[in-house]
Amino acid sequence: MFGRDEKVSSIRLTAVQYIILVIFMILAYGLWRLQVMQSDFYAQLAEKNRIRNVPILAPRGKILDREGRTIVDNYPSFSALLLRDSSRDLNADADVIAQGLHLDAREVRERIRKFMSMPQYQPIFLKDDITPDELAFVEAHKNELPELDTIMAHRRLYPRNGFMAHLVGYVGEVTETMLNQPQFEFYNPGDVVGVSGVEKQYNQVLMGQNGSRRALVDSRGKEVGRLDETPAIPGKQLKLTVDVDLQIAAEEALEGKNGAIVAIDPRNGEILAMVSRPTFDPNDFAVRISRDEWSKLVNDDEHPLLNKAIQAQLAPGSTFKIIMSTAGLQEGIAQDMHVTCNGGASFYGRYFKCWVVAQHRTHGVVGISKAIYQSCDVFFYTLAEKLGIDRIAKYATAFGLGQKTGVDLPQEVSGVMPSEEWKIRNFKQKWYAGETISVGIGQGAVAATPIQLARAIGGIASDGVLHRPHVAFPTDLPPSIKPASAPEDEVHVPIDPQNWELITDAMTVVTSPEGTAGSAHLQGIDFGGKTGSAQTISNSLKAKLGNFGKANYKDNAWFVGVTPRRNPELVVCVLFEGGEHGQFAARVAAQVVKAYVEKQRRQPTKMAKDAGKVDVGAIWSAPDDDGDKNNGLQAGHFFLDVPKKPLPLAASAPGLQ
Amino acid sequence: MSRYVSYRDFDWLLIVFVLMLCGLGVMEIRSATVHTKFAGAHIKQLYWIGGGLMGMFLISLLNYQALLDKVHWMYIAAIASLMSVMVFGQKYLGARRWIKMPGGQHFQPSEWVKLILILAVAKYFADLHHRELSWSDFIKAGAMVGVPMLMVLAQPDLGTALTYIPIAIMGLFLGGVRAKQALAVLLLAGLIMPLAWHKLKPYQKDRLISFMEPEADKQGSGYQVIQSKIAVGSGGIWGGTGTQTHLSYLPVPQTDFIFAAFAEEHGFVGALGVLLLYFIVLMRLTQNAQTAPDRAGTFVVMGVVAVLSFHILVNVGMVVGFMPVTGIPLPLMSYGGSSVLFMFLALGMVMNVRMRRFVN
Repeated sequence: MFGRDEKVSSIRLTAVQYIILVIFMILAYGLWRLQVMQSDFYAQLAEKNRIRNVPILAPRGKILDREGRTIVDNYPSFSALLLRDSSRDLNADADVIAQGLHLDAREVRERIRKFMSMPQYQPIFLKDDITPDELAFVEAHKNELPELDTIMAHRRLYPRNGFMAHLVGYVGEVTETMLNQPQFEFYNPGDVVGVSGVEKQYNQVLMGQNGSRRALVDSRGKEVGRLDETPAIPGKQLKLTVDVDLQIAAEEALEGKNGAIVAIDPRNGEILAMVSRPTFDPNDFAVRISRDEWSKLVNDDEHPLLNKAIQAQLAPGSTFKIIMSTAGLQEGIAQDMHVTCNGGASFYGRYFKCWVVAQHRTHGVVGISKAIYQSCDVFFYTLAEKLGIDRIAKYATAFGLGQKTGVDLPQEVSGVMPSEEWKIRNFKQKWYAGETISVGIGQGAVAATPIQLARAIGGIASDGVLHRPHVAFPTDLPPSIKPASAPEDEVHVPIDPQNWELITDAMTVVTSPEGTAGSAHLQGIDFGGKTGSAQTISNSLKAKLGNFGKANYKDNAWFVGVTPRRNPELVVCVLFEGGEHGQFAARVAAQVVKAYVEKQRRQPTKMAKDAGKVDVGAIWSAPDDDGDKNNGLQAGHFFLDVPKKPLPLAASAPGLQ
Repeated sequence: MSRYVSYRDFDWLLIVFVLMLCGLGVMEIRSATVHTKFAGAHIKQLYWIGGGLMGMFLISLLNYQALLDKVHWMYIAAIASLMSVMVFGQKYLGARRWIKMPGGQHFQPSEWVKLILILAVAKYFADLHHRELSWSDFIKAGAMVGVPMLMVLAQPDLGTALTYIPIAIMGLFLGGVRAKQALAVLLLAGLIMPLAWHKLKPYQKDRLISFMEPEADKQGSGYQVIQSKIAVGSGGIWGGTGTQTHLSYLPVPQTDFIFAAFAEEHGFVGALGVLLLYFIVLMRLTQNAQTAPDRAGTFVVMGVVAVLSFHILVNVGMVVGFMPVTGIPLPLMSYGGSSVLFMFLALGMVMNVRMRRFVN
């Protein structure tokens, strides 16, 4: 039945064996490739699968005033976030999540897209400061939406009503463009950084370092174990040179007005108060601000986000006359100069009015001192003509005009101090001598910021020593940070003492009945200054605009004051936009000065620390019956009543109890 | 004739290697399921293996030549059972593959059809005495496998249907297929491919796409491919703790992806050892085919070799990322009654042939 040809070809059977061998070689190669060649790569992937990094957010450092009172604090709040390593289709769940968290689904998808390129273990922050019912939504959907989680974070708590908002600034989420800059290389999307003010300037100090907890998770995202934990390093607290009591006084003084106040200690450059109006509430920025609110703030004509103390560059008006006087006296021109003010004078074929004609008066014969306290324009027109623009520019530049003061706040502007060279460089035009006349009274091309004027005039009153204004104590900062102020920042402009004494004496007359700001006089306080009112548009344009021009382009009122007049402890610069006359700015400044002096006088002495009676011993002489006073020396003990503690000072910035 | 048959001629060596593989499978099933709702699956698997061994001994008692004489009846019964699945079958996960048995067990006829096809193909080619195949033989052989294959495909069960192909290929190859005919098959396959693509279910298309480009959809169908490669790769040379398996990143680690789970826990060395055991088993089977008493015996054994090799190629290929996900288990190791019983019955057929090698 079975023949020889019945057998199956053994060649083909052997071929099958070889085919099987080849198949097994290929499979073995497949194993070799994965397990030997790429084993590290896959081990990493496996680790990414099972290890989830849960961030532990570091609280940001508090911001304190010079006496340690809280200005900016933190409060606990919950953020909703998406974990991307939970193997769920985030885009598919976006609608449910958006609804539960009251977000826009498109916005959620956009955030998911933004995080695509980031490592898987980094969660996506969806919403900060969620409400209790949103928190409940997340808790209730732990099983259906395992990728949705919450984290407790410390949010910024800023003072109420925009108190100190411009100086302090605010925080925000680090932006994509910021992340591409070298100084942000160690930052991650979702990190909160300072965006403006001190928060931005000293972000490195204030910002802590987030920690993380590594947890073992299964494929459903359930935590099945903990591996290790890197604790968060909280941010350091930052003490500012600002005095909350003075800040409160300054904020109140400028309430309802537009403008700025800077109060500096001219002895060291410490900024004691800084206000800019209108203001904004940085608490709105502590969590993500809505697009509408943001554009409202940015597009507001009054620029509430602008810190006018360092960012408004305006014509300084008559406050510039202090610099003119210094230049004139130092150059030996002003001492014996006398002009007769008839309400104006002609220079280079053009008639320049003195402000006093508006009051149907003239200044008559004017010397330097009267020129300062009466702010006689004709005197300074003449002085400007005599000095020439380059000598004016030399002094103004020496006192810091046209340059940034270097204050430790972001986005300071430099202002403008014109000179012949400046005009050629910027306009390719020759300087006209007529322009010098306007500069003489702080008009024309001159533009200064309030902080520049405070530093310059504070410096002139302090023997020509100018410090870099600063809000942080230089010695408190870690060495890696550029110091807020250093000895080499001190500028000394030599001024003969009799010159600055003359100027400060005249400044004190300004706040007396003979001066331009008599209404700002403070009884019993050695307080002087210089008023200024600066046009915002030219007189001819204003005339053309008529009533509209008068109503909308009111003069800016300026005042720069010092107290006391010798070795001043405080210089205050007030910009009162649309204030029309310098005396209105002076009244604002007077409120700040008064608050300062009163606080100084309230300083409890050693003796007053214990309430009650204090034992005082004394020797005195009383005239004898025969009138020989040296014989009646007497001694005795007295018990003096220590006055009750004065009204309590602020315990913290408003809203930060 | 039966007095020549003795259990001394049983291939005990083959049984040892097969049981080694089963043992490794049971170990891995235990490790992969111990903390899941499938805990205890390895005990069930032991029962299946026990049952399989008994089936193997029983089937080796029957004379395969007698079986082959009645293979046309079996073939008719196979077609009938596939038809009954189409009519009475239980629908589960969108496919009609099972018939519910009176005892509450689920019976999947397509597994047993495989066994009958091996016999039918063996019988068909054994009876052809020509050295070279005629075109009509070629077409008949193709139809014999093609008809049940299309029926299984209609269930739809692409994975099982594909396992019928190697039976036909092995028969044709050993039956003396001509180069022209082989070329014709390849051409036909090339023509059918684009058409077949439209016939595929969306999930099958996804699987193919994700095989080509697993990164395209990490969370969806590419997930299994990626997780399997991570499991294998992270095992390294000596193996590791098996977190992919134990934290259930690896899908179905006790059935289709058991090799990935094993490779993760025992590394390259362990996985290569398993491949070596399979290779030994396959070589031993081919050796048995060579010593078979007749053409039919050789075809039966080589049919088993074809199915076993194909399963290994597709399953291990899938685990290491060379093949798309098809849902074909790894014989002898994967958890599952049908698969285990099929393998042991197929081995019974091999024993049957071997025990009768001296009959002539």
